[in-house]
Amino acid sequence: MSSEAAAVEAAGHHDVRPIRKTAMWVFLGSECMFFGSMIATFLLYRNTTGDGPGADILNISFTSASSFILLMSSLTMVLAHHAFTNRDARGTRIWLSATALLGTTFLAGQVFEFTEFIREGLTLRTSSFGSAFYMLTGFHGAHVAIGVMMLLAMVYLSVDGRLYDDRGLNVELVGLYWHFVDIVWIVIFTVVYLLQV
Amino acid sequence: MAEATNRAHPTPRVYWAIALFLAAITAMEVTVPNVDALAPAKVPLLWALGAIKFFIVVAFFMHLRYDKKLNRTLFLFGVIGVFPLFIVVLLSLHAFG
Repeated sequence: MSSEAAAVEAAGHHDVRPIRKTAMWVFLGSECMFFGSMIATFLLYRNTTGDGPGADILNISFTSASSFILLMSSLTMVLAHHAFTNRDARGTRIWLSATALLGTTFLAGQVFEFTEFIREGLTLRTSSFGSAFYMLTGFHGAHVAIGVMMLLAMVYLSVDGRLYDDRGLNVELVGLYWHFVDIVWIVIFTVVYLLQV
Repeated sequence: MAEATNRAHPTPRVYWAIALFLAAITAMEVTVPNVDALAPAKVPLLWALGAIKFFIVVAFFMHLRYDKKLNRTLFLFGVIGVFPLFIVVLLSLHAFG
């Protein structure tokens, strides 16, 4: 047991941090199934394009750059966690802000991509391909947006000097969520983009 | 994470090296569909490269390699559970009909 955990126990409270972390892993495991079912649906409908555009409108070069940005955000996130565990509040704040910035850049790219596709005639209602594509990538984008909000909340707590209060969310749990968003995109990038070229 | 860790986590230098490796794999992924000679092996190659990236991020960036067995089991249950779920979804949507 760590000294912090021992202090918590000595104060008459149970140390719930390991339970929170395990709960996060359970949540992420269930999220695998959530995205798995949507990826299966996309694979089923990837050729059902009706009269609308199909996978040929996907811009691999652009999405590769977006993927690289999200991948690098995992690096900045793990560096934030490293700074956090070393009680380096300034370093944690810098790397968390960098992660939030990269996440926002990824989201901006997704908004641009969706706008282009809609202009080219691919909407949620155009075809089963369109529905499956927007549902899968849109839900992933929503997860990224939630992650960015959690990162900004962590930055706020850091500025406010409450980063180490350790109530509810902490940098480690937000980090796990963020990396998960990245690994889901690794699969989506392969299945939705690269395998359709 | 300290309470659940048996081994020391990597240093920032190792994290940067891992990120460079992941970037290199991404570059390979983008190249594979454009190389005619690799066309017959395109699908398994892309799945393999994606899987390598997936497990490197999970093991080193998410620190699952250093985590409690319970957490590893719970997450891997979700990952492995995707495959029967794939079958169920495809069956319910009459993919094999």
